[in-house]
Amino acid sequence: MAYEIVESCVNCWACEPLCPSRAIFLPPGAAGPARPHFRIDARKCTECEGDYAEPQCAGICPIEGAILNGLGEPVNPPGSLTGIPPARLAEARAEIQAR
Amino acid sequence: MELPVIGQASGCSSSGCGGSSDQLAHLPAHIREKVHNHPCYSEEAHHHYARMHAAVAPACNIQCHYCNRKYDCANESRPGVVSELLTPDQAVRKILAVAANIPQMTVLGIAGPGDPLANPERTFETFRQLSEKAPDIKLCVSTNGLALPGLVERLCEYNIDHVTITINCIDPEVGAKIYPWIFWNNRRVKGRKAAEILIEQQQKGLEMLSARGVLVKVNSVMIPGVNDHHLEAVSKAVKARGAFLHNVMPLIAEPGHGTFFGLMGQRGPTHDELQTLQDKCAGDMAMMRHCRQCRADAVGMLGEDRGGDFTLDKVEAMEIDYAAAMQRRAEVQAAIEANREAQRKKTGETLVALSSLKRQKKGPRPVLMAVATSGGGIINQHFGHAREFLIYEASSTDVRFIGHRKTDLYCTGGDSCGEAETKLQKTLRALAGCEAVLCAKIGFEPWEQLERAGIQPNGEHAMEPIEEALAAVYAEMVAKGLPEREMTAVPYRASA
Ligand code: SF4
Ligand code: SF4
Repeated sequence: MAYEIVESCVNCWACEPLCPSRAIFLPPGAAGPARPHFRIDARKCTECEGDYAEPQCAGICPIEGAILNGLGEPVNPPGSLTGIPPARLAEARAEIQAR
Repeated sequence: MELPVIGQASGCSSSGCGGSSDQLAHLPAHIREKVHNHPCYSEEAHHHYARMHAAVAPACNIQCHYCNRKYDCANESRPGVVSELLTPDQAVRKILAVAANIPQMTVLGIAGPGDPLANPERTFETFRQLSEKAPDIKLCVSTNGLALPGLVERLCEYNIDHVTITINCIDPEVGAKIYPWIFWNNRRVKGRKAAEILIEQQQKGLEMLSARGVLVKVNSVMIPGVNDHHLEAVSKAVKARGAFLHNVMPLIAEPGHGTFFGLMGQRGPTHDELQTLQDKCAGDMAMMRHCRQCRADAVGMLGEDRGGDFTLDKVEAMEIDYAAAMQRRAEVQAAIEANREAQRKKTGETLVALSSLKRQKKGPRPVLMAVATSGGGIINQHFGHAREFLIYEASSTDVRFIGHRKTDLYCTGGDSCGEAETKLQKTLRALAGCEAVLCAKIGFEPWEQLERAGIQPNGEHAMEPIEEALAAVYAEMVAKGLPEREMTAVPYRASA
Protein backbone atom coordinates (compact mmCIF):
# COMPACT_ATOMS: atom_id res chain seq x y z
CA MET A 1 0.00 0.00 0.00
CA ALA A 2 1.12 3.53 -0.62
CA TYR A 3 0.15 7.10 0.06
CA GLU A 4 -0.57 9.47 -2.81
CA ILE A 5 -0.27 13.21 -3.40
CA VAL A 6 -2.98 14.75 -5.57
CA GLU A 7 -3.13 17.96 -7.61
CA SER A 8 -4.19 20.23 -4.75
CA CYS A 9 -0.57 20.03 -3.52
CA VAL A 10 0.92 23.55 -3.48
CA ASN A 11 4.54 22.41 -3.72
CA CYS A 12 5.50 23.72 -0.31
CA TRP A 13 8.29 21.14 0.06
CA ALA A 14 7.40 20.33 3.67
CA CYS A 15 6.88 16.61 3.12
CA GLU A 16 9.85 15.84 0.87
CA PRO A 17 12.72 15.94 3.40
CA LEU A 18 10.73 14.01 6.01
CA CYS A 19 10.03 10.84 4.08
CA PRO A 20 12.04 7.98 5.62
CA SER A 21 11.76 6.01 2.36
CA ARG A 22 12.79 8.88 0.08
CA ALA A 23 9.64 8.21 -1.88
CA ILE A 24 8.61 11.83 -2.46
CA PHE A 25 9.81 13.70 -5.54
CA LEU A 26 9.01 16.69 -7.71
CA PRO A 27 8.76 15.54 -11.31
CA PRO A 28 10.25 17.82 -13.94
CA GLY A 29 7.68 19.38 -16.22
CA ALA A 30 5.93 22.37 -17.70
CA ALA A 31 5.12 25.49 -15.77
CA GLY A 32 1.69 27.14 -15.69
CA PRO A 33 -1.57 25.29 -15.09
CA ALA A 34 0.02 21.97 -16.00
CA ARG A 35 2.65 22.52 -13.35
CA PRO A 36 4.06 19.39 -11.84
CA HIS A 37 3.39 18.79 -8.17
CA PHE A 38 5.08 16.53 -5.67
CA ARG A 39 4.42 12.82 -6.11
CA ILE A 40 4.92 9.70 -4.06
CA ASP A 41 6.66 6.79 -5.69
CA ALA A 42 4.23 3.99 -4.82
CA ARG A 43 7.00 1.40 -5.07
CA LYS A 44 9.07 3.15 -2.42
CA CYS A 45 6.39 4.35 0.02
CA THR A 46 6.26 2.21 3.15
CA GLU A 47 3.50 4.24 4.80
CA CYS A 48 6.25 4.99 7.31
CA GLU A 49 5.83 1.48 8.79
CA GLY A 50 8.58 0.74 11.25
CA ASP A 51 9.87 4.33 11.19
CA TYR A 52 7.10 6.52 12.56
CA ALA A 53 3.72 6.09 14.16
CA GLU A 54 2.28 8.79 11.90
CA PRO A 55 2.95 8.90 8.14
CA GLN A 56 5.24 11.90 7.92
CA CYS A 57 4.03 13.43 4.68
CA ALA A 58 0.43 13.53 5.85
CA GLY A 59 1.53 14.73 9.27
CA ILE A 60 3.11 17.93 7.98
CA CYS A 61 1.12 18.63 4.80
CA PRO A 62 -0.69 21.97 5.25
CA ILE A 63 -3.28 21.37 2.54
CA GLU A 64 -6.48 19.55 3.39
CA GLY A 65 -7.14 16.77 0.93
CA ALA A 66 -3.74 16.86 -0.78
CA ILE A 67 -2.60 13.48 0.55
CA LEU A 68 -4.57 10.25 0.24
CA ASN A 69 -3.95 7.11 2.24
CA GLY A 70 -3.63 3.60 0.85
CA LEU A 71 -7.41 3.39 0.56
CA GLY A 72 -7.61 6.57 -1.48
CA GLU A 73 -9.14 8.58 1.39
CA PRO A 74 -7.90 12.07 2.26
CA VAL A 75 -5.81 11.82 5.41
CA ASN A 76 -6.60 15.43 6.28
CA PRO A 77 -10.28 15.93 5.38
CA PRO A 78 -11.92 19.38 5.16
CA GLY A 79 -11.86 21.24 8.47
CA SER A 80 -9.27 18.96 10.05
CA LEU A 81 -6.40 21.42 9.67
CA THR A 82 -8.14 24.71 10.28
CA GLY A 83 -9.71 23.20 13.38
CA ILE A 84 -13.11 24.37 12.13
CA PRO A 85 -15.48 21.66 10.92
CA PRO A 86 -17.36 22.67 7.74
CA ALA A 87 -20.65 22.69 9.66
CA ARG A 88 -19.39 25.44 11.94
CA LEU A 89 -17.72 27.51 9.23
CA ALA A 90 -20.41 30.18 8.81
CA GLU A 91 -20.62 30.68 12.55
CA ALA A 92 -16.84 30.96 12.91
CA ARG A 93 -16.70 33.45 10.06
CA ALA A 94 -19.27 35.66 11.79
CA GLU A 95 -17.27 35.54 15.03
CA ILE A 96 -14.04 36.44 13.28
CA GLN A 97 -15.62 39.27 11.30
CA ALA A 98 -16.94 40.79 14.52
CA ARG A 99 -13.36 41.28 15.81
CA MET B 1 15.08 70.73 23.77
CA GLU B 2 15.95 67.99 21.37
CA LEU B 3 13.78 66.20 18.94
CA PRO B 4 14.46 62.51 18.85
CA VAL B 5 13.70 60.63 15.67
CA ILE B 6 12.00 57.59 17.11
CA GLY B 7 13.51 54.35 16.03
CA GLN B 8 16.83 55.90 15.21
CA ALA B 9 19.19 53.69 17.03
CA SER B 10 22.37 54.76 15.40
CA GLY B 11 25.21 57.14 15.58
CA CYS B 12 23.66 59.21 18.28
CA SER B 13 26.42 59.00 20.78
CA SER B 14 28.75 60.71 18.34
CA SER B 15 26.38 63.54 17.50
CA GLY B 16 25.27 64.01 21.07
CA CYS B 17 21.61 63.25 20.51
CA GLY B 18 20.05 61.64 23.52
CA GLY B 19 16.75 60.13 22.47
CA SER B 20 17.84 56.92 20.95
CA SER B 21 20.52 56.08 23.47
CA ASP B 22 17.75 56.16 26.06
CA GLN B 23 15.75 53.70 24.03
CA LEU B 24 18.64 51.30 24.14
CA ALA B 25 19.55 52.02 27.72
CA HIS B 26 18.25 48.69 28.97
CA LEU B 27 20.68 46.76 26.81
CA PRO B 28 24.05 45.48 27.91
CA ALA B 29 26.97 47.45 26.48
CA HIS B 30 28.15 44.81 24.00
CA ILE B 31 24.68 44.60 22.44
CA ARG B 32 24.30 48.38 22.32
CA GLU B 33 27.58 48.54 20.49
CA LYS B 34 26.35 46.07 17.87
CA VAL B 35 23.06 47.85 17.32
CA HIS B 36 24.38 51.35 17.01
CA ASN B 37 25.47 51.23 13.46
CA HIS B 38 23.58 48.26 12.24
CA PRO B 39 21.99 48.61 8.83
CA CYS B 40 18.92 46.67 9.88
CA TYR B 41 18.33 48.27 13.22
CA SER B 42 19.32 51.82 12.70
CA GLU B 43 16.53 53.92 11.27
CA GLU B 44 19.04 56.18 9.64
CA ALA B 45 21.51 53.58 8.43
CA HIS B 46 18.89 51.77 6.44
CA HIS B 47 18.78 54.57 3.94
CA HIS B 48 22.33 53.79 3.03
CA TYR B 49 22.67 50.05 3.20
CA ALA B 50 20.72 47.22 1.72
CA ARG B 51 19.85 43.79 2.76
CA MET B 52 19.17 40.84 0.58
CA HIS B 53 17.10 37.77 1.09
CA ALA B 54 17.95 34.32 -0.20
CA ALA B 55 14.98 32.05 -0.77
CA VAL B 56 16.55 28.71 0.04
CA ALA B 57 14.21 27.41 2.74
CA PRO B 58 10.86 26.21 1.41
CA ALA B 59 9.45 23.93 4.12
CA CYS B 60 7.61 25.04 7.23
CA ASN B 61 6.87 23.22 10.47
CA ILE B 62 3.88 25.21 11.71
CA GLN B 63 0.74 26.74 10.27
CA CYS B 64 -0.15 30.36 10.93
CA HIS B 65 -3.66 31.54 10.14
CA TYR B 66 -2.22 34.49 8.24
CA CYS B 67 -0.20 32.34 5.91
CA ASN B 68 -1.00 30.57 2.70
CA ARG B 69 1.74 28.19 1.69
CA LYS B 70 1.42 29.00 -1.97
CA TYR B 71 3.23 32.20 -1.19
CA ASP B 72 6.24 33.23 0.84
CA CYS B 73 5.98 33.37 4.60
CA ALA B 74 3.46 36.12 5.20
CA ASN B 75 5.31 37.41 8.17
CA GLU B 76 8.60 37.81 6.42
CA SER B 77 7.68 39.27 3.09
CA ARG B 78 4.98 40.81 1.01
CA PRO B 79 1.76 38.88 0.92
CA GLY B 80 1.02 37.21 -2.34
CA VAL B 81 4.62 37.00 -3.49
CA VAL B 82 6.37 33.84 -4.55
CA SER B 83 10.15 33.74 -4.48
CA GLU B 84 12.00 31.60 -6.89
CA LEU B 85 13.43 28.80 -4.79
CA LEU B 86 17.20 28.53 -5.00
CA THR B 87 19.54 25.73 -4.04
CA PRO B 88 22.29 26.78 -1.61
CA ASP B 89 24.83 26.77 -4.47
CA GLN B 90 22.63 28.94 -6.69
CA ALA B 91 21.92 31.30 -3.82
CA VAL B 92 25.59 31.74 -2.96
CA ARG B 93 26.48 32.53 -6.60
CA LYS B 94 23.71 35.09 -6.78
CA ILE B 95 24.62 36.71 -3.46
CA LEU B 96 28.27 37.02 -4.46
CA ALA B 97 27.26 38.57 -7.78
CA VAL B 98 24.96 41.12 -6.14
CA ALA B 99 27.51 41.93 -3.44
CA ALA B 100 30.23 42.44 -6.04
CA ASN B 101 28.04 44.83 -8.03
CA ILE B 102 26.21 46.57 -5.20
CA PRO B 103 28.67 47.35 -2.44
CA GLN B 104 25.88 48.72 -0.21
CA MET B 105 24.58 45.18 0.24
CA THR B 106 25.82 44.37 3.71
CA VAL B 107 23.35 41.91 5.18
CA LEU B 108 22.14 38.60 3.88
CA GLY B 109 19.07 37.11 5.43
CA ILE B 110 17.40 33.76 5.14
CA ALA B 111 13.76 34.13 5.97
CA GLY B 112 11.90 31.71 3.81
CA PRO B 113 9.87 31.13 1.80
CA GLY B 114 9.10 28.75 4.70
CA ASP B 115 10.89 28.58 8.02
CA PRO B 116 14.70 28.56 7.67
CA LEU B 117 15.15 26.31 10.68
CA ALA B 118 12.68 23.79 9.31
CA ASN B 119 15.19 23.46 6.45
CA PRO B 120 18.41 23.25 8.46
CA GLU B 121 20.53 21.57 5.76
CA ARG B 122 19.77 24.15 3.08
CA THR B 123 20.03 27.08 5.45
CA PHE B 124 23.28 26.05 7.09
CA GLU B 125 24.92 25.07 3.81
CA THR B 126 24.22 28.58 2.49
CA PHE B 127 25.62 30.17 5.66
CA ARG B 128 28.67 27.89 5.62
CA GLN B 129 29.64 28.81 2.08
CA LEU B 130 29.04 32.51 2.66
CA SER B 131 31.06 32.71 5.87
CA GLU B 132 33.89 31.20 3.88
CA LYS B 133 33.60 33.13 0.63
CA ALA B 134 32.20 36.48 1.76
CA PRO B 135 33.22 37.07 5.36
CA ASP B 136 32.30 40.77 5.09
CA ILE B 137 28.59 40.02 4.69
CA LYS B 138 26.56 39.86 7.87
CA LEU B 139 24.23 36.88 8.12
CA CYS B 140 20.83 36.81 9.70
CA VAL B 141 17.94 34.43 9.96
CA SER B 142 14.25 34.67 10.79
CA THR B 143 12.31 31.88 12.38
CA ASN B 144 9.06 30.97 14.04
CA GLY B 145 11.21 29.58 16.86
CA LEU B 146 9.87 26.04 17.01
CA ALA B 147 13.14 24.39 15.99
CA LEU B 148 15.35 27.10 17.47
CA PRO B 149 16.52 25.65 20.81
CA GLY B 150 17.85 22.52 19.10
CA LEU B 151 19.78 24.55 16.53
CA VAL B 152 21.28 27.37 18.59
CA GLU B 153 24.65 25.63 18.79
CA ARG B 154 24.85 25.19 15.03
CA LEU B 155 23.72 28.75 14.38
CA CYS B 156 26.50 30.06 16.55
CA GLU B 157 29.07 28.14 14.51
CA TYR B 158 28.38 30.39 11.54
CA ASN B 159 28.78 33.68 13.27
CA ILE B 160 25.22 34.71 12.83
CA ASP B 161 24.86 38.41 13.34
CA HIS B 162 21.25 38.44 14.44
CA VAL B 163 18.13 36.33 14.66
CA THR B 164 14.52 37.39 14.30
CA ILE B 165 11.86 35.36 16.07
CA THR B 166 8.20 35.88 15.30
CA ILE B 167 6.38 35.79 18.60
CA ASN B 168 2.69 36.61 18.45
CA CYS B 169 1.73 35.52 21.95
CA ILE B 170 2.88 34.13 25.28
CA ASP B 171 -0.54 32.81 26.23
CA PRO B 172 -1.58 29.47 24.66
CA GLU B 173 -5.23 30.56 24.64
CA VAL B 174 -4.30 33.39 22.32
CA GLY B 175 -1.92 31.13 20.40
CA ALA B 176 -4.64 28.62 19.64
CA LYS B 177 -6.44 31.32 17.66
CA ILE B 178 -3.35 32.01 15.56
CA TYR B 179 -1.70 28.62 15.09
CA PRO B 180 -4.01 25.71 14.22
CA TRP B 181 -1.19 23.14 14.37
CA ILE B 182 2.54 22.51 14.56
CA PHE B 183 4.66 19.57 13.47
CA TRP B 184 6.60 18.46 16.50
CA ASN B 185 8.60 15.30 17.22
CA ASN B 186 7.38 13.71 14.00
CA ARG B 187 3.70 14.25 14.58
CA ARG B 188 1.11 16.90 14.05
CA VAL B 189 0.00 18.57 17.27
CA LYS B 190 -3.14 20.73 17.22
CA GLY B 191 -4.92 23.35 19.28
CA ARG B 192 -3.85 24.69 22.64
CA LYS B 193 -1.20 22.02 23.14
CA ALA B 194 0.47 23.14 19.88
CA ALA B 195 0.54 26.75 21.00
CA GLU B 196 1.98 25.73 24.37
CA ILE B 197 4.90 23.89 22.78
CA LEU B 198 5.57 26.66 20.29
CA ILE B 199 5.56 29.36 22.95
CA GLU B 200 7.87 27.33 25.19
CA GLN B 201 10.36 26.74 22.36
CA GLN B 202 10.29 30.39 21.29
CA GLN B 203 11.00 31.71 24.77
CA LYS B 204 13.68 29.10 25.38
CA GLY B 205 15.37 29.86 22.05
CA LEU B 206 15.29 33.57 22.80
CA GLU B 207 16.94 33.02 26.16
CA MET B 208 19.62 30.73 24.75
CA LEU B 209 20.55 33.22 22.04
CA SER B 210 20.69 36.17 24.41
CA ALA B 211 22.87 34.16 26.76
CA ARG B 212 25.32 33.69 23.89
CA GLY B 213 25.30 37.37 23.02
CA VAL B 214 23.46 37.00 19.71
CA LEU B 215 21.21 39.93 18.86
CA VAL B 216 17.58 38.89 18.87
CA LYS B 217 14.75 40.90 17.42
CA VAL B 218 11.16 39.90 18.00
CA ASN B 219 8.45 40.44 15.40
CA SER B 220 4.78 40.35 16.28
CA VAL B 221 1.84 40.46 13.94
CA MET B 222 -0.95 42.60 15.34
CA ILE B 223 -4.29 40.83 14.90
CA PRO B 224 -7.26 42.88 16.13
CA GLY B 225 -9.47 41.00 18.55
CA VAL B 226 -6.90 38.23 18.89
CA ASN B 227 -3.60 39.50 20.27
CA ASP B 228 -3.83 43.29 20.09
CA HIS B 229 -4.30 43.68 23.84
CA HIS B 230 -1.83 40.92 24.55
CA LEU B 231 1.16 42.34 22.70
CA GLU B 232 2.12 44.76 25.45
CA ALA B 233 2.64 41.77 27.72
CA VAL B 234 4.60 40.05 24.96
CA SER B 235 6.79 43.13 24.69
CA LYS B 236 7.63 42.98 28.40
CA ALA B 237 8.25 39.25 28.36
CA VAL B 238 10.61 39.23 25.40
CA LYS B 239 12.53 42.19 26.73
CA ALA B 240 12.99 40.39 30.03
CA ARG B 241 14.48 37.47 28.12
CA GLY B 242 16.95 39.65 26.27
CA ALA B 243 15.34 40.70 22.97
CA PHE B 244 16.73 44.06 21.98
CA LEU B 245 13.95 45.14 19.65
CA HIS B 246 10.27 44.45 19.34
CA ASN B 247 8.69 45.13 16.00
CA VAL B 248 4.90 45.18 15.81
CA MET B 249 3.63 44.70 12.30
CA PRO B 250 0.08 44.89 10.98
CA LEU B 251 -1.81 41.81 9.91
CA ILE B 252 -2.42 42.02 6.22
CA ALA B 253 -5.35 39.76 5.42
CA GLU B 254 -7.17 39.90 2.14
CA PRO B 255 -9.39 37.20 0.66
CA GLY B 256 -7.26 37.20 -2.48
CA HIS B 257 -4.28 35.91 -0.53
CA GLY B 258 -6.19 32.78 0.33
CA THR B 259 -5.12 32.71 3.97
CA PHE B 260 -7.44 31.45 6.69
CA PHE B 261 -7.75 34.93 8.16
CA GLY B 262 -8.21 36.46 4.72
CA LEU B 263 -10.96 34.06 3.76
CA MET B 264 -12.70 34.32 7.10
CA GLY B 265 -12.80 38.11 6.98
CA GLN B 266 -10.43 38.82 9.85
CA ARG B 267 -9.53 42.49 9.59
CA GLY B 268 -6.13 44.06 9.93
CA PRO B 269 -5.45 47.00 12.24
CA THR B 270 -6.06 50.57 11.13
CA HIS B 271 -3.11 52.95 10.95
CA ASP B 272 -4.22 54.45 14.23
CA GLU B 273 -4.58 51.16 16.05
CA LEU B 274 -1.16 50.08 14.88
CA GLN B 275 0.52 53.30 15.82
CA THR B 276 -1.14 53.41 19.21
CA LEU B 277 0.07 49.91 19.99
CA GLN B 278 3.55 50.65 18.67
CA ASP B 279 3.67 53.67 20.94
CA LYS B 280 2.58 51.64 23.95
CA CYS B 281 5.19 49.00 23.31
CA ALA B 282 7.81 51.67 22.69
CA GLY B 283 7.41 52.67 26.33
CA ASP B 284 8.72 49.27 27.22
CA MET B 285 11.56 48.85 24.83
CA ALA B 286 13.12 50.01 21.64
CA MET B 287 10.73 49.70 18.74
CA MET B 288 11.71 49.50 15.18
CA ARG B 289 9.50 50.92 12.52
CA HIS B 290 11.70 50.94 9.52
CA CYS B 291 12.35 47.24 9.25
CA ARG B 292 12.15 46.16 5.67
CA GLN B 293 11.60 42.58 6.64
CA CYS B 294 14.61 41.37 4.85
CA ARG B 295 13.03 41.51 1.45
CA ALA B 296 14.90 40.69 -1.68
CA ASP B 297 15.38 44.37 -2.16
CA ALA B 298 19.09 44.96 -2.32
CA VAL B 299 18.51 45.98 -5.87
CA GLY B 300 15.34 47.99 -5.39
CA MET B 301 16.84 50.13 -2.69
CA LEU B 302 19.08 51.74 -5.22
CA GLY B 303 16.07 53.07 -7.03
CA GLU B 304 16.80 51.53 -10.37
CA ASP B 305 15.38 48.13 -10.85
CA ARG B 306 18.35 45.94 -11.43
CA GLY B 307 16.66 42.68 -10.56
CA GLY B 308 16.94 41.66 -14.20
CA ASP B 309 20.74 41.93 -13.99
CA PHE B 310 20.92 39.05 -11.55
CA THR B 311 18.85 36.28 -13.03
CA LEU B 312 20.31 32.81 -12.62
CA ASP B 313 21.56 32.63 -16.23
CA LYS B 314 23.32 35.97 -16.02
CA VAL B 315 24.82 35.18 -12.65
CA GLU B 316 26.00 31.83 -13.99
CA ALA B 317 27.93 33.64 -16.71
CA MET B 318 29.53 36.28 -14.44
CA GLU B 319 33.16 36.16 -13.48
CA ILE B 320 33.40 37.35 -9.93
CA ASP B 321 36.65 38.29 -8.26
CA TYR B 322 35.30 38.48 -4.76
CA ALA B 323 38.60 39.49 -3.17
CA ALA B 324 38.67 42.61 -5.35
CA ALA B 325 34.97 43.18 -4.73
CA MET B 326 35.53 43.05 -0.99
CA GLN B 327 38.16 45.76 -1.28
CA ARG B 328 35.79 47.97 -3.24
CA ARG B 329 32.96 47.28 -0.83
CA ALA B 330 35.12 48.41 2.07
CA GLU B 331 35.91 51.68 0.27
CA VAL B 332 32.33 52.44 -0.69
CA GLN B 333 31.14 51.69 2.81
CA ALA B 334 33.76 54.00 4.31
CA ALA B 335 32.53 56.78 2.02
CA ILE B 336 28.93 56.14 3.12
CA GLU B 337 29.99 56.43 6.74
CA ALA B 338 31.67 59.78 6.13
CA ASN B 339 28.56 61.01 4.35
CA ARG B 340 26.27 59.84 7.15
CA GLU B 341 28.35 61.60 9.74
CA ALA B 342 28.01 64.85 7.78
CA GLN B 343 24.23 64.46 7.38
CA ARG B 344 23.79 63.66 11.03
CA LYS B 345 25.31 66.97 12.05
CA LYS B 346 23.17 68.89 9.61
CA THR B 347 19.93 67.18 10.57
CA GLY B 348 20.47 67.84 14.23
CA GLU B 349 20.07 71.57 13.66
CA THR B 350 16.69 71.38 11.96
CA LEU B 351 15.32 69.15 14.63
CA VAL B 352 16.09 71.75 17.22
CA ALA B 353 14.34 74.40 15.13
CA LEU B 354 11.19 72.34 14.74
CA SER B 355 10.97 71.61 18.42
CA SER B 356 10.15 75.26 19.01
CA LEU B 357 6.64 74.29 17.92
CA LYS B 358 6.39 72.43 21.18
CA ARG B 359 5.72 75.61 23.06
CA GLN B 360 2.13 75.54 21.88
CA LYS B 361 -0.08 74.15 24.59
CA LYS B 362 -1.90 71.46 22.69
CA GLY B 363 0.26 70.61 19.70
CA PRO B 364 -1.23 70.51 16.23
CA ARG B 365 -2.26 67.06 15.08
CA PRO B 366 0.31 64.79 13.43
CA VAL B 367 0.41 64.39 9.66
CA LEU B 368 1.40 61.39 7.56
CA MET B 369 3.67 62.13 4.65
CA ALA B 370 5.17 60.01 1.93
CA VAL B 371 8.67 60.27 0.51
CA ALA B 372 10.08 59.06 -2.81
CA THR B 373 13.70 58.14 -2.37
CA SER B 374 16.14 55.84 -4.04
CA GLY B 375 18.33 55.66 -0.96
CA GLY B 376 20.98 57.72 0.72
CA GLY B 377 18.54 59.28 3.17
CA ILE B 378 17.63 62.10 0.80
CA ILE B 379 14.64 62.95 -1.38
CA ASN B 380 16.00 62.00 -4.75
CA GLN B 381 13.40 60.06 -6.70
CA HIS B 382 10.95 61.09 -9.39
CA PHE B 383 7.36 60.48 -8.29
CA GLY B 384 6.62 58.40 -11.34
CA HIS B 385 9.61 56.14 -10.78
CA ALA B 386 8.84 55.30 -7.18
CA ARG B 387 7.67 51.75 -6.63
CA GLU B 388 7.73 52.22 -2.94
CA PHE B 389 7.20 55.19 -0.65
CA LEU B 390 8.56 55.70 2.82
CA ILE B 391 5.83 56.85 5.16
CA TYR B 392 6.61 59.22 8.00
CA GLU B 393 4.56 60.82 10.68
CA ALA B 394 5.46 64.40 11.45
CA SER B 395 4.17 65.91 14.65
CA SER B 396 5.11 68.79 16.89
CA THR B 397 7.42 66.51 18.84
CA ASP B 398 9.15 64.42 16.22
CA VAL B 399 9.41 63.08 12.71
CA ARG B 400 9.29 59.35 12.82
CA PHE B 401 9.41 56.59 10.34
CA ILE B 402 6.21 54.55 10.09
CA GLY B 403 6.75 52.05 7.29
CA HIS B 404 7.07 51.35 3.60
CA ARG B 405 4.26 51.19 1.12
CA LYS B 406 4.62 49.51 -2.21
CA THR B 407 2.70 50.89 -5.16
CA ASP B 408 2.21 47.77 -7.20
CA LEU B 409 2.43 44.71 -5.06
CA TYR B 410 -0.77 44.85 -3.13
CA CYS B 411 -3.20 43.24 -5.47
CA THR B 412 -6.43 42.66 -3.61
CA GLY B 413 -7.82 40.39 -6.26
CA GLY B 414 -11.04 42.40 -6.18
CA ASP B 415 -12.64 44.67 -8.77
CA SER B 416 -10.49 47.57 -7.77
CA CYS B 417 -7.46 45.71 -8.97
CA GLY B 418 -6.41 44.39 -12.30
CA GLU B 419 -5.63 45.60 -15.78
CA ALA B 420 -8.00 48.50 -15.45
CA GLU B 421 -6.20 50.09 -12.57
CA THR B 422 -3.46 52.40 -13.73
CA LYS B 423 -0.15 52.71 -11.99
CA LEU B 424 -1.19 56.14 -10.77
CA GLN B 425 -4.39 54.80 -9.25
CA LYS B 426 -2.42 52.13 -7.45
CA THR B 427 -0.04 54.75 -6.18
CA LEU B 428 -2.90 56.90 -4.95
CA ARG B 429 -4.29 53.91 -3.12
CA ALA B 430 -0.90 53.18 -1.57
CA LEU B 431 -0.73 56.76 -0.35
CA ALA B 432 -4.10 56.69 1.40
CA GLY B 433 -3.98 58.65 4.63
CA CYS B 434 -0.98 60.76 3.62
CA GLU B 435 -1.40 64.49 3.25
CA ALA B 436 1.78 65.28 1.39
CA VAL B 437 4.22 63.47 -0.82
CA LEU B 438 7.79 64.67 -1.21
CA CYS B 439 9.72 63.73 -4.30
CA ALA B 440 12.49 65.01 -6.55
CA LYS B 441 10.15 65.79 -9.43
CA ILE B 442 6.60 65.12 -10.47
CA GLY B 443 4.60 65.31 -13.70
CA PHE B 444 1.59 67.55 -14.28
CA GLU B 445 -1.08 64.87 -14.40
CA PRO B 446 -0.16 63.09 -11.20
CA TRP B 447 0.18 66.48 -9.54
CA GLU B 448 -3.45 67.29 -10.31
CA GLN B 449 -4.74 63.91 -9.27
CA LEU B 450 -2.81 63.96 -6.03
CA GLU B 451 -4.21 67.35 -5.16
CA ARG B 452 -7.70 66.11 -5.93
CA ALA B 453 -7.09 63.21 -3.55
CA GLY B 454 -6.06 65.61 -0.82
CA ILE B 455 -2.38 64.79 -1.01
CA GLN B 456 -0.13 67.80 -1.53
CA PRO B 457 2.70 67.02 -3.95
CA ASN B 458 5.96 68.73 -3.12
CA GLY B 459 9.11 68.82 -5.23
CA GLU B 460 10.73 71.72 -3.45
CA HIS B 461 12.97 69.65 -1.26
CA ALA B 462 14.74 67.61 -3.87
CA MET B 463 18.14 66.32 -2.74
CA GLU B 464 17.55 67.34 0.87
CA PRO B 465 17.80 64.96 3.82
CA ILE B 466 14.41 63.35 4.44
CA GLU B 467 13.75 64.22 8.07
CA GLU B 468 14.86 67.79 7.62
CA ALA B 469 12.56 68.30 4.63
CA LEU B 470 9.60 66.69 6.39
CA ALA B 471 10.09 68.89 9.41
CA ALA B 472 10.12 71.97 7.17
CA VAL B 473 6.98 70.91 5.27
CA TYR B 474 5.18 70.13 8.50
CA ALA B 475 6.11 73.50 9.93
CA GLU B 476 4.72 75.16 6.79
CA MET B 477 1.49 73.17 6.98
CA VAL B 478 1.05 74.09 10.62
CA ALA B 479 1.71 77.74 9.87
CA LYS B 480 -1.01 77.68 7.18
CA GLY B 481 -3.36 75.86 9.54
CA LEU B 482 -4.02 72.15 9.31
CA PRO B 483 -7.45 71.14 8.03
CA GLU B 484 -9.62 68.96 10.26
CA ARG B 485 -9.14 65.35 9.34
CA GLU B 486 -10.60 62.07 10.43
CA MET B 487 -7.69 59.67 10.41
CA THR B 488 -9.08 56.48 11.86
CA ALA B 489 -10.89 55.01 8.89
CA VAL B 490 -7.81 54.32 6.84
CA PRO B 491 -7.04 50.61 6.49
CA TYR B 492 -3.44 49.64 6.83
CA ARG B 493 -1.72 48.98 3.57
CA ALA B 494 1.94 49.11 4.24
CA SER B 495 4.58 46.50 4.16
CA ALA B 496 5.73 47.90 7.48
S1 SF4 C 1 3.69 7.75 3.99
FE1 SF4 C 1 5.76 7.85 4.80
S2 SF4 C 1 6.92 6.58 3.39
FE2 SF4 C 1 5.05 7.04 2.34
S3 SF4 C 1 5.51 8.89 1.18
FE3 SF4 C 1 4.63 9.57 3.11
S4 SF4 C 1 6.41 9.95 4.36
FE4 SF4 C 1 7.13 8.67 2.66
S1 SF4 D 1 3.41 18.93 2.17
FE1 SF4 D 1 1.50 18.72 1.00
S2 SF4 D 1 1.32 20.64 -0.16
FE2 SF4 D 1 3.43 20.52 0.63
S3 SF4 D 1 4.57 19.63 -1.06
FE3 SF4 D 1 3.98 17.94 0.27
S4 SF4 D 1 2.01 17.24 -0.55
FE4 SF4 D 1 2.41 19.21 -1.46
